[in-house]
Amino acid sequence: MSAPPTNPSKSWTVKVREKGVEALPPERLLPDGQPTYVASWIYVFGVASIASLIVIIGSGCILALKGPAWWHFTGVGHFFNSIHMWSVELFFFAMVVHLWGKYWMASWRGGRGRVWVTGAITFLVAVPAALTGYVSQQNFDAQWISTQAKDGLNSVGVGAFFNVTNFGQMYSYHILLLPIAVVGLVSAHVLLVRRNGVVPPFEIDTKKAAIAATSPDRGGPPPPPPSTATGAQS
Amino acid sequence: MSFLRPKDDTQPWKGRYQPYDLIKELCIAVGVIGLLAVALTVLFSSPDDKSSTISQWSHELPADFATAAAKELDETSDTAAYGPPYNHNGEGQHAAFLYPQKWLGVSHPINTAADFVIKPLETVPNDAALQSAVAEYKAAPEKQKKEWSEAYAKPLEEYSTAVEEKKTLPSTVSVDPSTGTVTVKASGAGPVGTMMTSLQSLAQSGGLEGGLVTSSGQFFQTDYTKPLLFMADGGLLAKRAEGLHLLGEQWGMMNETGSFPGQPWLWLYALWYQVEPFKSSENADVLVMLVMGVLSLAFVCIPFIPGINRLPRKIPIYKLIWREHYRAS
Repeated sequence: MSAPPTNPSKSWTVKVREKGVEALPPERLLPDGQPTYVASWIYVFGVASIASLIVIIGSGCILALKGPAWWHFTGVGHFFNSIHMWSVELFFFAMVVHLWGKYWMASWRGGRGRVWVTGAITFLVAVPAALTGYVSQQNFDAQWISTQAKDGLNSVGVGAFFNVTNFGQMYSYHILLLPIAVVGLVSAHVLLVRRNGVVPPFEIDTKKAAIAATSPDRGGPPPPPPSTATGAQS
Repeated sequence: MSFLRPKDDTQPWKGRYQPYDLIKELCIAVGVIGLLAVALTVLFSSPDDKSSTISQWSHELPADFATAAAKELDETSDTAAYGPPYNHNGEGQHAAFLYPQKWLGVSHPINTAADFVIKPLETVPNDAALQSAVAEYKAAPEKQKKEWSEAYAKPLEEYSTAVEEKKTLPSTVSVDPSTGTVTVKASGAGPVGTMMTSLQSLAQSGGLEGGLVTSSGQFFQTDYTKPLLFMADGGLLAKRAEGLHLLGEQWGMMNETGSFPGQPWLWLYALWYQVEPFKSSENADVLVMLVMGVLSLAFVCIPFIPGINRLPRKIPIYKLIWREHYRAS
């Protein structure tokens, strides 16, 4: 005999689902069209940042599978370490260009402040994520960088609980705690972009300033109907 | 409109949409970035300069090792005088009334005399003369210990200064580079001479770094704080770093060994160390960290900072970014 179904109005699951779908209906989460103004090379750097992060995590997983010393004594290990290092460089390069681009677009406009904030915090969290990698290398770089970095961190008390000369602690931060934080922040950032849409050009402000004063809708753009997403290149 | 929420008349887009395949774009981007990373790997590889060891240090720079070890014993080394989080021998850095280093306390206690010299020597087997010297040293009053260790450290420090300033070397210290042995003529050093000679031998045998790592008694260890701090008190790491352009005045740790890009995203952090008043300040680290903390907070809060959040409107770089849109409309 099966148990009676939970009252939908009291179900936490139903509430979370309804809130989720309301905030991000599928066609907005995974759109098949985008505003015509999204036509510049600068937009490439956002997805390039995410793509770099995927390559970082992929190469990092391979390095983690074989252990932290593997790359020192095998050619294959060194190859994947090099991919890991260069994808980190590409990640920061793409992220910095992306951030500058978004600054000059004033991409926080139209209720998108949280999009900027999550992006900026991602950059700040990515810095210690990279630093912990540098001090976990088990080579001269790690020795030098850890003995130099300790002074700045100790001076503000951070060294009391974040010891850059403790390889075990740094390795844990590098392969687990900080990647989780970065991926979580990037996920939140992307979901906020999907929810609010890509910030429109300044021109929109000028043309529709009058409407702005009266329009109650300050949310993101409506999800693009598939029927309007064809042949609309301007 | 408020101070934090300036007038914002940005409207949701009601214009046209163009076809867009988000998943396809992401897959292509991963492919391109992956290929780029492989290409950079094939072209440039990545650096992996072998780590230095205490054994290497005591062989290559025996006098420097002996000087550093003597300073650890008489507790005048950088680590001995560091303060928190290693000991209470200093207050650490501060900025005005802010003493965060002191406030967070000693979390990784290190007694340089005991941890870097005496305890490792106590692990040396079958050396009655050494163990007798260690026992004599440990049993002596603090004042006597200080006199012995200072008497031994003084000629080494004079030797070190003479080497640094390229002056005539004092006759009280002689170094045999072929064997890496250091002979110190120090009167009134008590048992310290025997102890330090044994420490040099222990270091050269490779036993000291292992002893420092496992000094907590645990078989499995991942904490290299003690050997790293001991080595940082000497000159080997700095000597290598200088040759590899990694010193603080060479923009320090944002660089990487070889000609690799390192961590260029730390440029602003490293910049402050190159300019006054930070450059010559004894509290440079805490001041730079506080400045970076404020700048980081400002960076996150850019949308809410008057003036900074209006700058993109006033400097029309956006016309370049959206030139296709403006041309079409």
